[in-house]
Amino acid sequence: MTLDIFLQNLVNGLSLGGLYALIAIGYTMVYGILRLINFAHGEIFMLGTYFLYYGVLIFSLPWWLSFIVAIILTALTGILTERVAYRPLRKAPRISILISAIGVSFLLQNLGIVVFSGVPKAFTRPEIFNKIFIFGNIRISSINIAATIISLIFLMALLYIVYRTKTGLAMRAISTDVETARLMAVNVDNTISMTFAIGSALAAVGGILWALKYPQIFPVMGMIPGIKAFIAAVLGGIGNIVGAMIGGFILGLAEIMLVGFMPELSGYRDAFAFVILIFILLFKPDGIMGKNVQEKV
Amino acid sequence: MKNKIICLLVISLVVFVSSGVMAQEEVIKIGVFEPMTGPFAVGGEISMQGYRLAQMQNPTVLGKEVKLVVVDNKSDKVEAANAVSKLVEKDDVVAVLGSYSSGLSLPGGEVADKAGIPMLTATATNPLVTMGKEYVFRACFIDPFQGEALAKYTYENLGHSKAALLVDVAQDYSVGLANFYRRTFEELGGEIVADLKYQTGDQDFSAQMTEIINSGAEALFFPGYFGDVALIAIQGRELGYEGVYMGGDTLDNPKLIEIANEHAEGVIATTFYHPDAPASTEASMKFVESFKEEYEENPNSVSVMTYDAYNMLIEAIERAGSTEPDAIRDALSATEGFDGAGGTITIDDGNNAIRPAVAVKVVDGEFTYEATINP
Repeated sequence: MTLDIFLQNLVNGLSLGGLYALIAIGYTMVYGILRLINFAHGEIFMLGTYFLYYGVLIFSLPWWLSFIVAIILTALTGILTERVAYRPLRKAPRISILISAIGVSFLLQNLGIVVFSGVPKAFTRPEIFNKIFIFGNIRISSINIAATIISLIFLMALLYIVYRTKTGLAMRAISTDVETARLMAVNVDNTISMTFAIGSALAAVGGILWALKYPQIFPVMGMIPGIKAFIAAVLGGIGNIVGAMIGGFILGLAEIMLVGFMPELSGYRDAFAFVILIFILLFKPDGIMGKNVQEKV
Repeated sequence: MKNKIICLLVISLVVFVSSGVMAQEEVIKIGVFEPMTGPFAVGGEISMQGYRLAQMQNPTVLGKEVKLVVVDNKSDKVEAANAVSKLVEKDDVVAVLGSYSSGLSLPGGEVADKAGIPMLTATATNPLVTMGKEYVFRACFIDPFQGEALAKYTYENLGHSKAALLVDVAQDYSVGLANFYRRTFEELGGEIVADLKYQTGDQDFSAQMTEIINSGAEALFFPGYFGDVALIAIQGRELGYEGVYMGGDTLDNPKLIEIANEHAEGVIATTFYHPDAPASTEASMKFVESFKEEYEENPNSVSVMTYDAYNMLIEAIERAGSTEPDAIRDALSATEGFDGAGGTITIDDGNNAIRPAVAVKVVDGEFTYEATINP
């Protein structure tokens, strides 16, 4: 493998990893607070892309406006699912809420098939995401750059919210001890709604960037990215935001490099991701960042 | 007492006779299993367009009404087998039509063959679908023919001697077609410089395309389904691939162009039918006109095939003169010179159709006719 090809693979890997990271952050955040693996995260991700699609198609909004509307609608959907499917089970054993999450995932998927039809839809890219930058022999498309930058911006914003604002303080308090936080006059319900709103908004951003990069949307599109993001979150140490980010990049790079170095194994990419998951769970269940941080959000 | 017994006898006789009449059925049920949801939902939808149009124009056989019993196989192999079981066991269909995708037709065909119910697939091109099966037929050509034609086209017509393969390892269709392409291409003296893989539903192909570009391939053969292939075409061009794109009949779908836009330009595919092909018959004129009238869009090659499959089956039942599965099977295998909208169909000893293929190319956002390839 020449240096050029290695660098090209590095770029490919980072841009795929950036998307995994963005989805993984939302996953990990909800887990950090509620100790709930929100299996419906991938479906929230899918809904975000459909909101944008219909915003542009039916209401002919300019794409940046539909972008904002789609994120808001997705955040509201996140709050709604929490209200309907998770809040009533908050006192129930953890397994019930997990099953409920799987139920929500299937419900949204099938609802998507009924409402949007199972037929994939072409997602139109705004012109600015069609540009290609060429550095020597390495080619980077503008959507890849945008995806990486946007992922980093959202990570910063999220870290700011969690560590520098009152809401963030409340989130961290709840993640440590719900009852004590309630005694200290933290509005638990609102804070949890807020967590879901932010997590879902991140899923929407991830979904939209994903659909801009791979311009085809369909109701089950969230499944594989959702699982990959889950692996990334576990890899980084589930519940840890920076860890999820790192996990996402590592997973993206690993998948691309697997194909780059061993093309004959290219059909086993997904299997490879699961092998990583199994190894992490066997040998370092806390993930990369799991042990270093006391506070989890 | 005597009266009572006679009365009972008469009643039971009436019940017996009427139930006998009921059992004779007012309708002839034909099962259809297609992917209405899942990654091949578009395939299922356009398949249904053909069946429905044909049924509208040709609604009776042996003086009875034809009823299509449609089951969704969800683009899933297990569901495909279940769908055919349901059609055969619960719905008592006399024959089965379907399915889009060889991977789905294979398990469906196994079930139909075991049950001894004739099945006719319109577009499944993998040889294994009918191989060794008495009751499974197809209205289309098979992949060795298609792969050979494309390999020859690459080597002889385009003059390229370095080709790469990008194969969907989850699909029997894709794996089979790639093998036939490779065989002919290497026999001709060409070289396969890269052999990469992916799985249905994968969305990132950047690593595979980087490898293919690096191999110096002049042509890329990607015999996958249009959705995945559209994403490959986009990512390949973005990464700087400048060679030819080529694939089989599954690419002949307007969605490919819709998703890949300008990146689909120049894609070459073999398919079943194109309205500009010179061999157009009276049947195809009628089909094109009625299709446009009914669906307000241009017909696609899949609907032509399902339209022909329905009519071919009805014609076979008519010739058989009964709805006995074995009689229908014998009539199907004796099909010769059937005048379909997509061309003349003759069934060979292997239950496959002998018919020409059409090569199409994407030019200015539309599939245009390139050449007719005869068997």
